[in-house]
Amino acid sequence: MNKHRNIFLQYFIFIVFISLFGILINNLAINLIRTGIGINFSWLLKPASFALAEYPLPYSASDTYAWALFIGWLNSLKVIFISLILSTFIGTLIGFARTSTHSLIGLIAAGYITIIRQTPLLLQLMFWYFVGFLGLKDNILIHIENIFKVSNQGIELYGLSFSSEFSALLFGLSIFTSAYIAEVIRGGILSVSRGQWEAFRSLGLSEIKGLISIIIPQALPAIIPGLTSQYLNLAKNSTLAIAVGYSDIYSINDTIINQTGRAIECFIILLTSFLFFNLIISNSMEIVNKIIVSSKKYN
Amino acid sequence: MKIMRRFVSGIVGLTMLLTGCATTNQANNSRLDLIKKRNELICGVSGKIPGFSFLESDGSYKGLDVDICKAFAAAFIGDAKKIQFRPLTAAERFTAIKTGEIDLLSRNTTFTLSRDSSEGNGLSFAPVVFHDGQGLMVKQESGLNNLEDLANKSICVGSGTTTEQNINDAFESASLPYTPIKYQDLNQVVAGYLQGRCSAMTSDRSQLAAARSGFKDPLDHIILDDVLSKEPLAPASDGQDQKLGDAMRWVIFALISAEEQGITKSNIYEKVQLAKNNPELKPLRRFLGIDGGLGEKIGLSNDFVVKVISSTGNYGEIYERNLGKNSEVPIPRGLNELYTKGGIHISPPFN
Repeated sequence: MNKHRNIFLQYFIFIVFISLFGILINNLAINLIRTGIGINFSWLLKPASFALAEYPLPYSASDTYAWALFIGWLNSLKVIFISLILSTFIGTLIGFARTSTHSLIGLIAAGYITIIRQTPLLLQLMFWYFVGFLGLKDNILIHIENIFKVSNQGIELYGLSFSSEFSALLFGLSIFTSAYIAEVIRGGILSVSRGQWEAFRSLGLSEIKGLISIIIPQALPAIIPGLTSQYLNLAKNSTLAIAVGYSDIYSINDTIINQTGRAIECFIILLTSFLFFNLIISNSMEIVNKIIVSSKKYN
Repeated sequence: MKIMRRFVSGIVGLTMLLTGCATTNQANNSRLDLIKKRNELICGVSGKIPGFSFLESDGSYKGLDVDICKAFAAAFIGDAKKIQFRPLTAAERFTAIKTGEIDLLSRNTTFTLSRDSSEGNGLSFAPVVFHDGQGLMVKQESGLNNLEDLANKSICVGSGTTTEQNINDAFESASLPYTPIKYQDLNQVVAGYLQGRCSAMTSDRSQLAAARSGFKDPLDHIILDDVLSKEPLAPASDGQDQKLGDAMRWVIFALISAEEQGITKSNIYEKVQLAKNNPELKPLRRFLGIDGGLGEKIGLSNDFVVKVISSTGNYGEIYERNLGKNSEVPIPRGLNELYTKGGIHISPPFN
């Protein structure tokens, strides 16, 4: 009897869901026809006629809107990918420091996390850009001939140059995300029972050696899911690029919407790209998770 | 299989998000009737351009674009105070009209073919309220004098504007390379320029003048003589709503016509008396709504001109108040004079 009721309930929810979905689609279609907008993607092949400051692949204003969007997508991917690595690195260090038995280090790490987590990201980005990089005016902060240079035009590293917009966004995103990652790492480390620490200490292992070979492998299963969600946030937060003038996919979309008036199509493209970014991240993290879980079995 | 399922659920969620945004509204009724019924005009402005629309310290908005909103409210509702101002970014403004979030736009918007056309943004433009042109501002000490000097330099520009396209056209037709640094709003463009990220900033010349008025040393910055484009700025509404478009058109013409006839905020009621007492003053009687029933033809009351002029004054008064010699953002009238005084503002007859 109970089973039948369950099946009935499931069908009921399914039907409600489908009809709701249908109403929404119908609503959209009617409204689009009524306002005379309609959905049309043919403009994608017309020339974009706007220039971009940064392009990883050749781009000129006579290229198509589709190509401009792809360049924007690559620009987003670039900042997300590098920031992901950088924030993991900083976050891990801060996370370790936070759990350190050395009270001063722990205090500094706690201060870092508190300050970063309690101010809005937009503000931090503006700070890094307008005060951090552009605030340098004509002064050069660090200059090691041919190796490293920081000025208001950005960062130069071994001949590679990064614009101040990119650098500000990279720093802002990495530092912001690192504070959250540090907390995830700390939570993972604390989830390992105290006995494990006492055990490796009694075996005569050093703190760092013990942390790396005993504690971390046991903490990872607790860390990975939290890390994934921070990575997803990072990808989404990268759209704040528009505040510091970096040509990411969102900022290019913004220009295109204004030139073509195709807001709905542009948002479909934007949402699909982010769905794509986030699927890449969450699926890779799932693979990492599987590897860790399976390797643990044979330990 | 799992990836597939995830992807499908993502798409479903995405569609729901999109469709959820669409609202049902009555398409056949004119927005004008809705404004009257609501007894309030929702006007989209910038809120960040001194002289055009700027948020004052007391929370009110001030500027030429704001006064144009007031003229519309006076004509449509009979009260210039019944307005809700919505500050919008350049990129948001057209979507705000199309989705019905605002009734009309009075926000430094350049009148162009693609914005007017039904295949483009599908708007309808009222007559031009300010003839502007795009310019470039540089620091005096930089020694930059013209467009050629800016080759290979960075230029700060607002994204989602015609400015962005014009600067590209100008450099491309001169075959000069340049780097655009794009920001979402004018304040960021100004900050980027002042902080030395760019050698020049570009915007409409009126906006450059307005921005410069707020600098610490306005005289250290020069606006180059190169004029990159025509920028006729006009209020806009939904292109499918002819009734609202007509009403807006004739409110602007009334402002211009009133200036030409010397009808001002202070003498409007004398003029009404004059017209009432002298049946032979036919054009004036029609203009002020005593004869002819012109207002009703565009869905307004016959004396809409009286309501408008008594609350905002004529076009010249609005200009003087916001952009005149004694205002905070003085801009010479130039093209914005009446056609009788060497400018290009002219009103068709009120017949």
